[in-house]
Amino acid sequence: MYPENFRYTKEHEWVLAEGDTGTVGITDHAQQELGDIVYVDLPKVGSHVEAGKSLGSVESVKAVSDIYSPVSGEVVEINQTLADAPETLNTDPHGAAWLVKIKLSGAAEVQNLMSAADYLSYIGAQK
Amino acid sequence: MRYLPKSESERREMLEACGVSTPEELFAHLPDAVRLNRPLDLAPGISEYEIVQYFRERADQNANGYASFLGAGVYNHYRPVLVDTVVSRGEFLTSYTPYQAEIAQGTLTTIFEFQTMICQLTGMDVANASMYDGSTAVPEAAMMAVRATGKGRVLVAKTVHPEYREVLGTYAKHQGMPVEEFGYVRESGALDLEDLERKMDDLTGAVIIQTPNFFGIVEQVKAAAEIAHKRGALLVVIFTEAVSLGLLEPPTDADIVAGELQSFAISPSYGGPYAGIIAVKEKYIRQVPGRLVGQSLDSRGNRAFCLTLSTREQHIRREKATSNICTNQALIALMATVFMTVYGKQGLRELAEQNLAKAHYLAGKLKPRFTGKFFNEFVVRAEGKTPEELNKQLLKKKIIGGLPLGRFYPELADSYLVCATEMTKRADMDALVAAAAAQPTAENVEVTA
Repeated sequence: MYPENFRYTKEHEWVLAEGDTGTVGITDHAQQELGDIVYVDLPKVGSHVEAGKSLGSVESVKAVSDIYSPVSGEVVEINQTLADAPETLNTDPHGAAWLVKIKLSGAAEVQNLMSAADYLSYIGAQK
Repeated sequence: MRYLPKSESERREMLEACGVSTPEELFAHLPDAVRLNRPLDLAPGISEYEIVQYFRERADQNANGYASFLGAGVYNHYRPVLVDTVVSRGEFLTSYTPYQAEIAQGTLTTIFEFQTMICQLTGMDVANASMYDGSTAVPEAAMMAVRATGKGRVLVAKTVHPEYREVLGTYAKHQGMPVEEFGYVRESGALDLEDLERKMDDLTGAVIIQTPNFFGIVEQVKAAAEIAHKRGALLVVIFTEAVSLGLLEPPTDADIVAGELQSFAISPSYGGPYAGIIAVKEKYIRQVPGRLVGQSLDSRGNRAFCLTLSTREQHIRREKATSNICTNQALIALMATVFMTVYGKQGLRELAEQNLAKAHYLAGKLKPRFTGKFFNEFVVRAEGKTPEELNKQLLKKKIIGGLPLGRFYPELADSYLVCATEMTKRADMDALVAAAAAQPTAENVEVTA
């Protein structure tokens, strides 16, 4: 369920680091908690985001939630398909519904995040 | 509803419940320096008869029987009697924040109709449930453009209503939103496109213009939109005279339209309450401030109305809300809704044509200062006397003259803004023309001395 090559945050985002680029999304657990997602607000390409700070928000029929960036860096790409199909976040949060790609300022940040196993026990403990 | 203050025995009962014997004891913990230490200076109660008398006297202070040539953001239009008949109904008059879909389908339906008609008038895709008034709609539109573009600078035309620009300045001061102005062409009275182009930069998120502008001149919306869009800014188009929309081309090149609906059956009433609007292109729907009513289906599949896209609002999004506006001017907006319904598309067009015809009759006799095309108001240079002196003479004839412009535009201190609507009588226009042309006589000199 939770890919081994991803790293996870306590705020339920994931990041996949490949070279100096990190792909960011929200976890399957997050989408389950949020319910039907109706809108995603993403940053502009070229903007700078910081680890732990808001990079956008997701709106479900229940609430609006901030998305916190797992890493710092420059936004190099956003997932345009989510504008018309935000529901993809409910069906494929770890794949097609990635949110942004970030040019990483430093690789160390990723290492500090949780592994899949850590994250599983974290959400297990939360429940 | 009876509105009676509490009785002596109720007072005692409440004090007893609080465990004190006098109201003063309740406030004993407050520092003496901030306490009044005496009863409020209120007159003793008066009888119903005296109250009615009091308000009759105040009403007699109104300029009844006077003709008025004032416009400049507040217009003298006819209010169909149906308006008050509908808005006086208890269901509309006494309901507060009437948005609960389960119990307020009537109100929500009228708001939906309001939004629909505002879209038809402005050529926009989405309109909200109304704003406080035109002046506060302007900074809301500016902040919206800034959010949508991520660029903080605002350029506003000097031909936008001066008081609207003041309100914009007040909001901008604490928003970290620099506002700069661009000028108008001295001959035409229209906004200066070259000055706009010169002052545009890549940090500008909003360009704000008004049409018809404060001088009554119809602006070139398309040309301004091109300049704004070329540098990635949004064009905000303001209107103060909603009746003009009955005749003029809708400002479809705008990204946001903000305006004042006072012309639609809202009485001048010392400057308010009025109702404003914000209407936008669909792609900016998530940035719209205030309430939005949408059409939906109820649990039985019937058409029903409810608040929609509430996630923009502060009760859900907190400090990230699009605006701190979370209400609308429901009752006042309803006046405008009834007005639009009474007149209809064709009626509003005829009304606008009457305004145009009257203003142009007057303009044929009073030479307009500017060459730009105008709707129902225009600027005139006073000759042989100041605009203030002319107005004093007119008052003696029970005519309220135009607005002297020196207060807002020092360079136009010799000029006044004059407005004619469907309410303006030909005899009064001729009297204004005669007074404007009259050489100072002994009598006039005495009046102005």
